[in-house]
Amino acid sequence: MPSALVFFNELSDVPSKAQRELLTLASRFDQSTLAVASEVSQDAQNILANYGLSKLLVAPSQGDVFVDHALSVLEAAVKQSAAEVVLVANDNFNREVAARLAVRLDGAVVTDAIDVATDLVVTKDELAGSYSAQAQSTGGTLFVSVKPNSIEDDPQSSGQQLEVQTLEIQSPTTAQVRVVATEAKAVSDRPKLTEARVVVAGGRGVNGDFGPVEDLADALAGAVGASRAATDAGWITHDAQIGQTGVTVSPQLFISAGISGAIQQKAGMQTSKCIVAINKDVDAPVFEIADFGIVGDLSKVLPQAAEEIRRRQA
Amino acid sequence: MTEETTAPLKIVVLVKHVPDVQFDRHIDSDTLRLDRSESVLSELDEYAVEAAVALVEAQGGFAAGHEVIAATMGGKSASNSVKKALQMGASSGIHLNDDALAGSDTVATSKALAALIEHVGAVDLVVTGMSSTDAETSVVPAQLAERLNFAQLTHALAIEFDGASRELTIRRDHAERTLSLAATLPAVLSVTDQANEPRYPNFKAIMAAKKKSITEVSLADISLSATGVGTAGSRTSVLNATARPAREAGTVINDSGQAGIALVDFLAEQKLI
Repeated sequence: MPSALVFFNELSDVPSKAQRELLTLASRFDQSTLAVASEVSQDAQNILANYGLSKLLVAPSQGDVFVDHALSVLEAAVKQSAAEVVLVANDNFNREVAARLAVRLDGAVVTDAIDVATDLVVTKDELAGSYSAQAQSTGGTLFVSVKPNSIEDDPQSSGQQLEVQTLEIQSPTTAQVRVVATEAKAVSDRPKLTEARVVVAGGRGVNGDFGPVEDLADALAGAVGASRAATDAGWITHDAQIGQTGVTVSPQLFISAGISGAIQQKAGMQTSKCIVAINKDVDAPVFEIADFGIVGDLSKVLPQAAEEIRRRQA
Repeated sequence: MTEETTAPLKIVVLVKHVPDVQFDRHIDSDTLRLDRSESVLSELDEYAVEAAVALVEAQGGFAAGHEVIAATMGGKSASNSVKKALQMGASSGIHLNDDALAGSDTVATSKALAALIEHVGAVDLVVTGMSSTDAETSVVPAQLAERLNFAQLTHALAIEFDGASRELTIRRDHAERTLSLAATLPAVLSVTDQANEPRYPNFKAIMAAKKKSITEVSLADISLSATGVGTAGSRTSVLNATARPAREAGTVINDSGQAGIALVDFLAEQKLI
């Protein structure tokens, strides 16, 4: 059976849900190695030990670096582990690193994967999730970026000893890109949009007030999203944008409030398991793909639903 | 208009001819390739053309000797996307037109585009959209940076260029941070829809575009073999592609004061709460 390598550019004390899903996917393979391009704390190691990893390769960066360090680390890790498949997260940074390495090492790259079988057949979404396709490498290392919410996080063993090794980087790439400033984003207590089980999203119809959307999201322990109309209007940050030029989400439940559902918007949410839509306009295209639709005023429907959920859970 | 005394910039902006997202798009069940009959310039590439033209305008304009070359690869009709870029202000076009390109994955595509850019020669900056709207991988710009050994400045939310130092600075989202990244040219720049507002070509621009030239080249012209690109040159093979069943509209109710409760009933029924 092939062996797998998982790559994390960064790792906090608790691996993110998407990172734990990658580790679960890697545990299907005979041997799985994790390479991390930053420090790995003892707390993080204790959690990592539950995923049956054969080895942890660590190569912290020196100072503030962009893509060059990640490329050097992943290149060295692929060579040392001799893995046939490399699994990374599906965000822009990681998929770019994987794709560059595929070029450098004459391998293959597949993005937007939802599954990787042990015979290295990758299942992926095409055309914004309207097609499902399967692909494989014609030879060379297979680099795959895996969408969050595709694999169920499933830690197995506990208390296993994790072999940690510092990864030697032979010839560090000279940095072509300099980080000249870094701005931290506001931290939210809500789940991460791409990883959340429930997403409540608002559009033009919220009319500047995301309060009802946030309130229902909190009642459902979900994340808050938005259409491009709402982010362009400045009612909420661009990070919340769902759609062709924002993030793609695939939660168990997607509640669309005051979003008409243009094609570019649908592209970011149509693989959700269940879609609920609230819109004043009975002709809004979003109703064509909604499992449950309400023609009504979201400023009345959302608070009523949030209150009812809290009442039932009390 | 600033009167910089910088060396003329040679910019290649990559444009892709893609099936119109406003229509139903299909993958052919025999060839496993995308039906490209109703194609247009990928709307996200308009931000790239705008960024390239705006950059030149801020550096003394085309009169100062700067060039913006709109480049594409693909079948005959792909030149329509180059024409659109010329209307938006690009100064000339180049079209890598060869049947052997069909079925190229990102590795083969970046190989062909890198060879095309090297064929153009002495390029300072390659500008692209954030993603194509068909394959949506968004990784070809990074692969071009790798192949050309150019700095990778991708997914730009905002762009600044200093003509004197030839330094390009972008803002980009990265994990839970927004970074400002800088590099000296040559670079590959990919541009998000946050970076600018693409212009609509006016009548004068459309007429002017008719006088601009589009050079057509084949794989042989850029010293690539047919087996290095297309399906033969790809490192991935597609085994199958299946249309997911279309989502069907479920129950739609009118709110008569209790729709919030009905919504919670529905969620409970679906075991979502």
